[in-house]
Amino acid sequence: MLRAIDRQRDFYAGGVMILVGAVAGYVATTYDLGSLADMGPGFFPLVLSVLIAGLGVAIVAGAGRAPGPEVAGPMAHAHRTGADLRGWIAIFSGVVAFIVLANYGGMAPATFACVFVAAMGDRRNGWKISALLALGVTIFAVLVLALGLRVQMPILKGWF
Amino acid sequence: MLWTSFADLAHGFEVALQPHNLLYCLIGVLIGNLVGVLPGMGVLSAVSILLPLTFGMKPVAAILMISGIFYGAQYGGAICSILLNLPSHPPHAVTCLDGYPLTQQGKGGVALGVTMMGAVFGAAFGILQMMFLAPYIAKVAFSFQAAEICSLMLLGLLAGSTLAKGSPLKGVAMTAFGMLLGLVGTDTATSVERYTFGRFELADGIELVALALGLFGIAEFLRGVNNVAPVNTGYTKLRFRDMRPSKAEMKEAAFPILRGTLVGSLCSLIPGTGPVIASFIAYATEKKVSKTPEKFGHGAIAGVAAPEASTHSSIQGDFIPTMSLGIPGDAAMALLLGALIIHNVTPGPRLIVEHPDIFWGLIASFWIGNLILVFLNVPMIGVWVRLLTVPYRYLYPTALFFICIGVFATRNSLFDVGVTLAIGLFGYLLLLLRFEPAPMLLGFVLGPRFEENFRRALKIAQGDLTTFVDRPISAFFLAICLLLVGVQIVARIRKTRAPVRLASTAFD
Repeated sequence: MLRAIDRQRDFYAGGVMILVGAVAGYVATTYDLGSLADMGPGFFPLVLSVLIAGLGVAIVAGAGRAPGPEVAGPMAHAHRTGADLRGWIAIFSGVVAFIVLANYGGMAPATFACVFVAAMGDRRNGWKISALLALGVTIFAVLVLALGLRVQMPILKGWF
Repeated sequence: MLWTSFADLAHGFEVALQPHNLLYCLIGVLIGNLVGVLPGMGVLSAVSILLPLTFGMKPVAAILMISGIFYGAQYGGAICSILLNLPSHPPHAVTCLDGYPLTQQGKGGVALGVTMMGAVFGAAFGILQMMFLAPYIAKVAFSFQAAEICSLMLLGLLAGSTLAKGSPLKGVAMTAFGMLLGLVGTDTATSVERYTFGRFELADGIELVALALGLFGIAEFLRGVNNVAPVNTGYTKLRFRDMRPSKAEMKEAAFPILRGTLVGSLCSLIPGTGPVIASFIAYATEKKVSKTPEKFGHGAIAGVAAPEASTHSSIQGDFIPTMSLGIPGDAAMALLLGALIIHNVTPGPRLIVEHPDIFWGLIASFWIGNLILVFLNVPMIGVWVRLLTVPYRYLYPTALFFICIGVFATRNSLFDVGVTLAIGLFGYLLLLLRFEPAPMLLGFVLGPRFEENFRRALKIAQGDLTTFVDRPISAFFLAICLLLVGVQIVARIRKTRAPVRLASTAFD
């Protein structure tokens, strides 16, 4: 799938913009447009939506033409774009875990879960290292953020 | 004029030297330096993470600290480029070309020493430029009305989105998309809720912090995880005394530093051309005027000195349009502008007059901060070098947590954390499709103000669009806009987008 995106990247890029423009434009027409002298809330969003969709069309139109070879600069080895399902799932779940546990558990469990889950996304991190890192960050969070800066979140819901 | 500047600066030093302001300036540059050194951490994400912590602070202290992060990161970024060949900070990418060969030849310390000299000289020049130019520009802009402000913003937005790296078409699309995101929430003029989809949490709009951390935090981590190469620590044993350049090397660096500084200060005056382009042009210029161009790429001192000096002079110069016109040139300055707005300081030409504490305090803190940075980096280089070896696999989970808690703390809302995640996922898709996220932030910050002025200008003109060309100053800005677009189109046809294109491809 990623290779296909690579080949036809601009085609998809323009497509996404056309979609964004179309949806935003449709929503904009449900607001009052007003006139040039007295613009309603829908006027400016509609202008922007049309612009975005138009640019999307232009990007698609340019997609067929050769974009020139990718120049491998010093950045090339620092950021390769490769599929990494394990990393993606871990980062996504880390944030979700934070939201859920912050709601039901408090800062300490939320912090631990977020860091632990996210850290497990890196192939070189085992569960021991991840747990240790998570514990360190949790202690920091409780001492500095909860007790020091008084972030408005209970440390452990129902207890502190 | 000259004397009032010095009197104002003296007042600025009074502000900046107040113990708590000094402390926050120190914290800012320290964090900046740290972020610059850590491979894989961006300065934009660092600022966004820390932004919520500044909400409780006085505006002056908050602005000093945030600015400190920006220029502090430039000092750290150079270390990363020269010793590790890792351009994690785009303005320093070009420094890798000659900095790393020098390191391989055992002269990494010298390269860093020369960088420090260039940094101090460049920064000093940039600050002086801001001191004398910004109040003058603000005075000129005093008479601007809605139509002029509108055209000027359009110029800023166009320049910021077309001159930066990547395809100009995609850049403009991102800017417009950012402006659209900026409109989410209650319309100030009519109290109609736009794009909130019935969620009351969105009635106040999307949080700047949520957008910035989604784009520059979560999206970047999704790209970086298991993809950031482990750091080569072979050259990280470096001590203070290795940093002293010899007399011959100092001589070799002197003129490149001067030329680099001038290039940087010129670039900072052209909207949209920030430090990245400045550093690249400085390098190209140096190569052109050099008597030994073949040495470039194999450890030429000039190839380190010139781009570093230009980066630092243009970073300081970048503050000029932000502070004097309220129009940021790039995403970093857009964040700073956002911070000003959050602290109820209205950016624009009146800022210098209405908030002399902020403007002159900021300038004084630049002097102090750069001085602190030299002390931080020269004698303590060993500490920073050791930090280079902190692996990415420990960094990103920790940073991810700080993103979550930072967004939450902005207005104690877990809903915003979810918004950040959604923006992060969509931002990653955009990254895969080779969109640059930076112009989006620019559009987001300027979007609502653009709409407001656009409305006001047309209300005054009773719906007559010619008001934008009838007013001479506004027409002038629009003409530059046209020129900008025209040059892009011509260049596209010719397929030789000179230095800008080179800059964008070389760093990608």
